[in-house]
Amino acid sequence: MKNRWLFTLQLGFTLIVCAFLIVPVILSILAGLTVNYLVGLESGLTLRWVFEVWDGYRDTIFLSIGLSLACLAVTLVIGIPTAYVLAKRQTALGRVIEEMLVMPVAVPGLATALALIVTYGSLSGFRTSWAFILVGHVLFTLPFMVRSVLAVLSAIDLKTLEEGAASLGAGFIDRFRHIVLPNCRAGILAGSLMVVTLSMGEFNMTWLLHTPFTKTLPVGLADAYASLRLEIGSAYTLVFFLMIVPLLLALQAFAQPRLKKFVAEDDAT
Amino acid sequence: MRRETQRLILLLLPAGIFFTGFFLIPMADLFMIGGSGKTGWAAYAAILTDRNYFNSLISTLAVAAATTVATLIISGISGVFLQRHKFPGNAALVAMLTFPLAFPGVVIGFMVIMLAGRQGLIGQITQAVTGEKVVFAYSMAGLFMGYVYFSVPRTILTVMAAAEKLDPKLEEAARSLGASPLRVVRDVIIPGLKPAFISAGAICFATAVGAFGTAFTLATRINVLPMVIYTEFTLSANIAMAAALSFVLGAVTWIVLALARTAAGSTVAAAG
Repeated sequence: MKNRWLFTLQLGFTLIVCAFLIVPVILSILAGLTVNYLVGLESGLTLRWVFEVWDGYRDTIFLSIGLSLACLAVTLVIGIPTAYVLAKRQTALGRVIEEMLVMPVAVPGLATALALIVTYGSLSGFRTSWAFILVGHVLFTLPFMVRSVLAVLSAIDLKTLEEGAASLGAGFIDRFRHIVLPNCRAGILAGSLMVVTLSMGEFNMTWLLHTPFTKTLPVGLADAYASLRLEIGSAYTLVFFLMIVPLLLALQAFAQPRLKKFVAEDDAT
Repeated sequence: MRRETQRLILLLLPAGIFFTGFFLIPMADLFMIGGSGKTGWAAYAAILTDRNYFNSLISTLAVAAATTVATLIISGISGVFLQRHKFPGNAALVAMLTFPLAFPGVVIGFMVIMLAGRQGLIGQITQAVTGEKVVFAYSMAGLFMGYVYFSVPRTILTVMAAAEKLDPKLEEAARSLGASPLRVVRDVIIPGLKPAFISAGAICFATAVGAFGTAFTLATRINVLPMVIYTEFTLSANIAMAAALSFVLGAVTWIVLALARTAAGSTVAAAG
């Protein structure tokens, strides 16, 4: 009897928390689609605000997509080799390197951005290009790629697999392509989704790194919230949701625990 | 063997060059510039000696601490509950609770405005009920609400993962020995979840200390350190002070996370 009561109490509490998180999302989606939010839904539904966002802020959407893909490319190229090295050498030095790579995530984005500006701000060609923002995003997302790949590589018996291939005559390039990469596919996929999602939403650094010609989606959002009517801000948020939700769903689907293959007996714990 | 070591160094090189060139050197620059202003190296002490900066530091730490406590209580209750009781709709609730996981700070700020802003839901309800409109989005209370909103999804995931590993037999044993539900929570569940609480709490705290987007969306008048740094940099063009303050801020968050990692014995990193 008492347990029943406790269950209801906890369920009620959890439902309130859910409402706290979800109600504003629903309100914002509705506001983006209503003619006049102050009047309410009676004023009718419209796509007018979404079109206005598309006309005014289209560039920010494309820049954010381009940036996140470029960021993904860089983190793949420099992140996977790093994860491989850290997996091969699980020493104190390896842990120090990993620790350092995580620093841009631990340190506030504002500080990292200021540091980049004081060092490279005078290179005006670089400062005003989107590559300047890209550098910040790579710093921030690289640890997620490295960790995600490293987690998979540490779970398999890389040494035995590589030795097997080497004894059959495979050189390093062959081993990397045919043994390492296929085995850490799940980690690369999870890491990639994480990198793209984070790059798409990054604001703390980007706000200082951007110029009027290199506005990303979150920068445009901040702009719209500050200066335009609530309906347009909401419609813009709706566009952001439409871009980020498929990524999140994919992330949840692929983040499932992967089937353990090729795990040596003594490593199985 | 020699060749392998060479190869590993070669593979590490791209990330090493990138990281050194774009993080280590800029951070060192930032540190030097922090000491190059009118007050020299005293700028690093200004956060404690200057009354205004010190006040912002205190309010930043206070709102971060309040966020951490509130988030841990909320996520602790709901996370353990959802992990223990599998009922129809459980998965849907978990999905809703973790949905805002990837929202940037600016969007979180907007969500707070939707709830507690001038045209917000709370204002409408209070006006209908009491005739007086309650609006608190553009203040410290709104910022607190935003940070809790931001932190609950990721903390709940951590708590649920940790609660899964708790041994229900321990609770049964405690109960069979006559412990009240409250004592079971205090003496069995909370100690079992302690590592998760420490690491999730540290992330919560560090993110709330360093976050900028939410405060920026709500109001530039909110007196927290990231806003002060931003104002020093843009409006006052006091780059040295901004550099010194942000270096101190970075050091604080990094130390909090490093301490938590040693205490919890697991990997801890802030996000978003």
